[in-house]
Amino acid sequence: MNALDPPMRALQRVLGVPRIAWMFVGPNLAILGLFTFLPIVINFYFAFTGGVQLYPSERPFTGTENLSTLFDCGSYLDPATCRKDLFWRSIYNTGEFALLQVALMVALALVTALVLNRKILGRGFFRGVFFYPVLLSPVVVALIWKWVLQREGVLNAVLASAGSSPVGWLSDANWAFFWCVFVSIWAHMGFYTLILLAGLQAIPADLYEAAEMDGTSPWRRFSRITLPLLMPNLIVVLVLGLIRAVQIFDEVFVLTGGGPGSATTFIVQFIYQTGFAESIHQYGLAAAASLVLALSLLVLTLVQLRITRKNLDSPAGRGDG
Amino acid sequence: MASLAGMLTARRGRGAFDWTDWFSYGYLALGLLLMFGPVVWLVLSSFKSAAALNEFPPQLLPYGQKTVVVTGHEIPLPLYRVTLPDGTTRELAEVRRIGIQATLVDPKAPEQEYKVNIRDRKPVREFQLALNNYIEIFGKFSFGTFLWNSVFITVVATLITLLFNAMAAFALSKYRFGGRNAVFLLIISTLMIPPTIILVPNFLVVSELGLLNSLWGVIWPAVATPTGVFLLRQYMLTIPDELIEAARMDNASEWRIFWRIILPLSAPALAVLAIFSVMWRWNDFLWPLIVLSRTEKFTLQLALNAFQGELTTQWHYLLAMTVITLLPVTLVFAFLQRHITTGIAAAGVK
Repeated sequence: MNALDPPMRALQRVLGVPRIAWMFVGPNLAILGLFTFLPIVINFYFAFTGGVQLYPSERPFTGTENLSTLFDCGSYLDPATCRKDLFWRSIYNTGEFALLQVALMVALALVTALVLNRKILGRGFFRGVFFYPVLLSPVVVALIWKWVLQREGVLNAVLASAGSSPVGWLSDANWAFFWCVFVSIWAHMGFYTLILLAGLQAIPADLYEAAEMDGTSPWRRFSRITLPLLMPNLIVVLVLGLIRAVQIFDEVFVLTGGGPGSATTFIVQFIYQTGFAESIHQYGLAAAASLVLALSLLVLTLVQLRITRKNLDSPAGRGDG
Repeated sequence: MASLAGMLTARRGRGAFDWTDWFSYGYLALGLLLMFGPVVWLVLSSFKSAAALNEFPPQLLPYGQKTVVVTGHEIPLPLYRVTLPDGTTRELAEVRRIGIQATLVDPKAPEQEYKVNIRDRKPVREFQLALNNYIEIFGKFSFGTFLWNSVFITVVATLITLLFNAMAAFALSKYRFGGRNAVFLLIISTLMIPPTIILVPNFLVVSELGLLNSLWGVIWPAVATPTGVFLLRQYMLTIPDELIEAARMDNASEWRIFWRIILPLSAPALAVLAIFSVMWRWNDFLWPLIVLSRTEKFTLQLALNAFQGELTTQWHYLLAMTVITLLPVTLVFAFLQRHITTGIAAAGVK
């Protein structure tokens, strides 16, 4: 990279020192502009045009037709009455999944953080145990559990040895949904545990010592000291968990493929299928569904911003960079 | 036993071993089983032969049928425990089998043949690692190509990420220029735009650039991480400006200052970002799934996904591929756990 020095020096002579800063932020900004900001604009264009062509000039303007197709429903409470019933099923599935998964995951992460915050043997080791699945790829996570859950898998073998008949864990709609929740908790809990653990360790120990002097019960110490002081972290974890849960795709796609039927089809999978996987690529419909997803994420993000406004220095939001 | 129990229940604080301690260790034991159990099961299973994987109920450890070399036979013969008509049981090697009748010989005295009903013989099994699973996937499925694609994307994207993010962070932390705060906010704001909501337009952009079915179509959209810029900027703010002033006195160019002073001093933060970036790119799924549709461009994750749909009966290969895929991340984790966990705790990002 030393070879870059003479041209950079020449550039610097032309631009002057303060303006050379633009040369340093330039590549990063260009990439963001091309692959983030420009697509946001184009997404609107796609959402309001129809046809099956990818190139914008070949797409006829159709106004709000895509949106009205998505929202064409006899009753919004019953997906079967909708023109795009899969869209509404995926929305209901996503809502149910997000609430269930986040509630259970945050509760478990809290218990885990409380246990790991105690003076226990092998604390570092156990922190690693709970954190390890966070690093695994979603595909690997799904395959690990698919192997455990398949009809002739180890879970059914354990059941068989207890005298029970095998269960189609991934072919029964309710069980498949349960395992989607379970596996995504398994894969992500460690991350939230870590955030809560950091919050617990920031609580001054002398508060507990003073409470112990006064003879307060452990439960009272938890509800009067730990919980209130941990509340900011808990809320961050809740909102962050919701933002991620609404975008669930990878693990579930490999684990169940969205099935059986549409029992585990979530909103991102609907977008993927509509835009890319089906034989006719309905880009407009997929873009319109993206707008709906973006709107719900925007609401969640605004909630998060409101909560974390005090410490804006902590960017927390997306899982891939 | 008493001393062991005493050691295990020893506490730093005062007081006896109460129910909360029992709960804690019980919870951790259960957690260990649930978190590691399935992974260990996957790894153990990946060393089983196809036949052993079809057994139900499955064995915990990989077992295979024992074979012996018998004089007069070129290939090793499978060993069986046979109940002979006179009621004795012996370990014999099977020479051939016709219908329900098997012909077996004693490995030590191969002259005499025994003919028995196949119901009266049971395979003799021993601990065997089916390493063939691992060897064959490279020949049969061009697994090497998928591995190379994944490694290429991970390494190149991480290098570009480090360079671009460090350059941006340098500008944002060490220069005063008009629009600096706006640029910083603009970059940070992209944290709130997850890739899942711009799939269709991004597909258009990548296809217009001619990057469909190219590994660069996965690399370029991923390299400008706001997380990385933020992490590095926070770190570079702690580097004293005097160093830069001194270098300017010595007539060093701005690029040289960046390359020779700022980058080396930011090594700890760069290391954290490198670890994150490697994990992100290695594990990426949805975007590569959309951009790379030709088999020879598949990454490991895409190949695994494609195979689990097709090869439902060939779990022995699928399991071996899965283990190879999780290996690098596991190694990174084993050696750098502390960096990862403190990095996440500090920045709140995964």
